[in-house]
Amino acid sequence: MKTMRFKDAKYVGDPINAVRIFNEKEVDELMVLDVDASPSAQAPDFELIEQLASECFMPLCYGGGIRSFEDAKTLFALGVEKVALQSAFLADPRILRQIADHAGEQAVVASIDVSRDWLGRQRLYSASGRKLRSKDWRAAIREAVDHGAGEILLTSVEREGTLSGLDLTLVREASALVEVPLIANGGVGSLDDVRAGVEAGASAVAAGAFFVFYGPHRAVLITYPRYEEVEALWRAAG
Amino acid sequence: MDVTIVDCGIGNVKSVLRMFEAVDVQAELASDPAGIANARRLVLPGVGAFDAGMAALDRGWRALLDELAVERKIPVLGICLGMQLLCRGSEEGVAQGLGWIPADVKRIDTGGDPRLKVPHMGWAEVVPARENALIPTDEGPQRFYHVHTYRAVCDDPADELATVNYGTPFTTAVQRGNVYGVQFHPEKSHKFGMALMRRFAALPC
Repeated sequence: MKTMRFKDAKYVGDPINAVRIFNEKEVDELMVLDVDASPSAQAPDFELIEQLASECFMPLCYGGGIRSFEDAKTLFALGVEKVALQSAFLADPRILRQIADHAGEQAVVASIDVSRDWLGRQRLYSASGRKLRSKDWRAAIREAVDHGAGEILLTSVEREGTLSGLDLTLVREASALVEVPLIANGGVGSLDDVRAGVEAGASAVAAGAFFVFYGPHRAVLITYPRYEEVEALWRAAG
Repeated sequence: MDVTIVDCGIGNVKSVLRMFEAVDVQAELASDPAGIANARRLVLPGVGAFDAGMAALDRGWRALLDELAVERKIPVLGICLGMQLLCRGSEEGVAQGLGWIPADVKRIDTGGDPRLKVPHMGWAEVVPARENALIPTDEGPQRFYHVHTYRAVCDDPADELATVNYGTPFTTAVQRGNVYGVQFHPEKSHKFGMALMRRFAALPC
């Protein structure tokens, strides 16, 4: 499923089949986010995740519906390398430390969504509640790192799925806050956008729609840049 | 069957199996010791703590494993914890290892760089230490996915097959005769892992 601004979910195919295609594209890490799990208070679909992990010839990060340390432990046992948390971490950040002590900080990703309010100010957004939160998004990022997150996935909700470019101001401000890798997400529509994200301070740039859709009518075609193309980008950004 | 995978409950074996299948190698899982009796090549995957790994092997696998690796000398590949179990023992625990590789397992030494976190987790370039059957010396940079806190330290430098640099260079693959071990996860290292597993499955047996 691929969304635009986390809405208008579009079915892009069977997840197992998508993993097989990404295998052939030699993707360096795959992140699977179940966007329905937390909003509908469902546990992760462990059966499907186990299948995905065993089909996945690259490290797999899973997020969506992880409510407890036990959920995270189960995911690692099923062959997932990293877990991404948002709702559970916003409810109680101590869960990050508990997971980090078990699997290492590098296995813990805190997912922070940021959206603009009606005055145009960047605000912390809760994907599970589908609403803005009163907590400052910068404070949420710092709290995540203080509690053991080894990586921050920062998503600009307005840009998500739009292919209109990353929110570079946001990326710049966020990456200055933390030492851990920051993955910038939301809006990537070209390899130039990827480079701009890295130049703005992101350690990595995530993309969904860019790899999944092709052409102005958002036809489904899974693509991924070749390693040489990516390497050339880093050199250019260097 | 070209390859038999030891499935003794210490790791995820399915992606190893799937990857062999993806490169057209006939592979099977053995969930009890009888399943490895006729193995032509053996893979020992594993994740988790050293003592827990040895405890699992002590539940009926040990004698048969020794027979296959030491007496019949079939090709063996240990992956991650599976590689560490090939050694004598580990700083992480008190159990004795299989001892097929004269090496001790020690915690990663990052050379004091505070930016380098342990466990070492991520893609890293693996550099062959010598000519060998698994990781070619003439094919340019090869990257493999690592997740580990401990690594093997060989008595004999000749047993070192490849190194990785994480603060300081250290051993990430070992080989002594028919026994191979890799600290990284070939089953999570897409094309590089596929090539390695295809080469292992082609070792004479």
